[in-house]
Amino acid sequence: MNVLDFMWGHRTEVAQLTLEHIVLVCLSIFIAAGIGFPLGVLITRRPRLSGPILTIANAVQTIPSLALFGFLIPLPFIGGIGARTAIVALVLYSLLPIIRNTFTGISGVDPAIREAGKGMGMTDGQLLWNVEIPLALGVIFAGLRVATVLCVGIATIAAAVGAGGLGMFIFRGVSMVDSRLILAGAIPAAALALAADLGLGAIEKRFSRLLCLVLIVTSLVSCSRPDRIVVGSKNFSEQVILGELLAQQIERKTHLPVDRKLNLGGTLVCHDALTAGQIDTYVEYTGTGLTAILKQPPVNEPAAAYQKVKDGYKSRFAVEWTEPLGFNNTFAIVIRKSDAQQYNLKTISDAAPYTAKWVAGFGYEFIEREDGYPGLAKAYDLRFPKPPRVMDLTLTYRAVADHQVDFIAGNSTDGLIGAFGLVVLEDDRHYFPPYDAVPLVRDALVMRHPEVLEALRGLGGKIPEEQIRRMNYAVDGEHKDVAQVVREFLETIK
Amino acid sequence: MASIVEFRSAAYAVNGRALVEDISFEMESGETIVLLGRSGSGKTTTLKLINRLLEPTSGEVLVEGKKTTEWDPIRLRRRIGYVIQEVGLFPHFTVERNVALVPTLECWPKEKTQARVHDMLALVGLDGGRFATRLPRELSGGQRQRVGVARALAADPSILLLDEPFGALDPVTRSEIQKEFKELQQRLGKTMVFVTHDMREAFILGDRIGLMKDGKLLALVRAEEFQKLEEPEAKAFMESCA
Repeated sequence: MNVLDFMWGHRTEVAQLTLEHIVLVCLSIFIAAGIGFPLGVLITRRPRLSGPILTIANAVQTIPSLALFGFLIPLPFIGGIGARTAIVALVLYSLLPIIRNTFTGISGVDPAIREAGKGMGMTDGQLLWNVEIPLALGVIFAGLRVATVLCVGIATIAAAVGAGGLGMFIFRGVSMVDSRLILAGAIPAAALALAADLGLGAIEKRFSRLLCLVLIVTSLVSCSRPDRIVVGSKNFSEQVILGELLAQQIERKTHLPVDRKLNLGGTLVCHDALTAGQIDTYVEYTGTGLTAILKQPPVNEPAAAYQKVKDGYKSRFAVEWTEPLGFNNTFAIVIRKSDAQQYNLKTISDAAPYTAKWVAGFGYEFIEREDGYPGLAKAYDLRFPKPPRVMDLTLTYRAVADHQVDFIAGNSTDGLIGAFGLVVLEDDRHYFPPYDAVPLVRDALVMRHPEVLEALRGLGGKIPEEQIRRMNYAVDGEHKDVAQVVREFLETIK
Repeated sequence: MASIVEFRSAAYAVNGRALVEDISFEMESGETIVLLGRSGSGKTTTLKLINRLLEPTSGEVLVEGKKTTEWDPIRLRRRIGYVIQEVGLFPHFTVERNVALVPTLECWPKEKTQARVHDMLALVGLDGGRFATRLPRELSGGQRQRVGVARALAADPSILLLDEPFGALDPVTRSEIQKEFKELQQRLGKTMVFVTHDMREAFILGDRIGLMKDGKLLALVRAEEFQKLEEPEAKAFMESCA
């Protein structure tokens, strides 16, 4: 009775020391788990290390605790007088059960299960976090429990190095030969040990399923790193259609998730994004790659141009030009169908003599570019009486249809050509370099997902000029949904 | 057309002791080869050389024309279905998550994976509505085996490796599941390598039967021709069946 009276009389001190004790134990176990768990996992991966590591942990355990504290006191940093020394010692004592149980728990997983996982193509990390650790969790947790109980007991010795805790009562009681004092330390310590054991046991029972779930959920997100393929495009309709086309093709052939970063601005923006790895793939045109990016003179033979950009990009940017899609989006000289029929004009050469009476209208880019108007005028000896009218590219079609101008440079793939009753004159002197559309893809992505390259190659030659013109018109002229237009097209090819 | 699986005098040795040696054969797409032999004859080792769970210590093994050692092992294994005798279902995963394993690893969209799981369960004759949420321990041996096959098929691999998948079943269930599997095999047209020590099973399922003994492939012949073999080992197996 008088022990309880004594404890009641000293209740603030009892509470204070119990709290110190708990803090010592919790900190030590936390650190020991942080070291012991990874070590335990490590030795399941490197069995050769398991002998030495377990032996060392075992040896530490056999050192009498008072002796260990004694050894630690003279050491710099980890030694001395106070809680730090006590925590170092407690961590060392707690390591063995944690390491050993982690090791046994994981090694104890049925080899058939491990082999099935490996055989199905799980990486070692996936196998560890999704399968081995969840299955070993009970054993690992039991190790933690043993370590905690052990730690509560040994922490009483910590008072010997001035770390505080319930050991204070015990040591004082021993030196004063006062059994009330000894019991005032020993009873709460024993209660603490029991509580820790029961508490952790209850947690284990109730939460092991939950813990297991948490582990699985957090780790399944790591399905081969949620690799998302990013598809880009420039900022005009054909490019948006082609971007959507790549995206849908990758989705249906590889099951990889795809992000769309369409409408990215011009060639340079797309190129920079690709080389910086912000996008993985977009469609470029051979002529553009050659002149705008590689800064080389245009090449008029399509296959040669393709080979040249392919080689150039490979060595300079580690970017792969896949198969050409099958159409050439070059500049196209466009006039009204009525003029063409009236004067029987088929080629640009046929039309050159009439330019003396005509007005030309061009987009900004065509006026500026080396392979644009200045060269064209020279190549075909065009003699417009007035300088060409400069306007936005899409307006030129309307302008020529409305007889405001007579001769424009559009895009050969433009759906408006058919829709406005216009015709394309043949470039009989092969003045315009080829602009074959080709999907580009970063080599880094191909290494990780060769199936993406396969998917893109599958589009090779599948889109002749009429086809792209039809899709362009469906989007520009009929205002249909891009994704829908692309989906309908993809259904027609295998 | 190149063969889908090819062994070129492949051998596998541990500490200088050969587990299999000088294995050479080619498989066409859609063909089923049954490797028949006693325990320890090297059947399983041969199988593991295909999905690179083991690498040949000499010679080479090619899958789809490319050496297994040149394949990324993870990619290779996800393209090859694998069923083992102990099934190896994850005991803490429901049937659904077990079957969804490879699609999940491959980051398939959720709805697609779910639909695929139900299709696969239906394919092996299990009702998805009833079984999807069960744990493996709540299934019978035969049902577990079916789930194992469904899991191997989930990502639609072109090659399927089966290591005595029906070995642990009672004879009645075993014969039922063999018949069903035969039908499945004809319907799917996958390339399969099937390991067994059961002569009957070999005859039911194999287009060709490969007889193995002491790590060597003694013969690889069409099922009809097996009975004509002069090998004493072949005769021993024929007698076990009679």
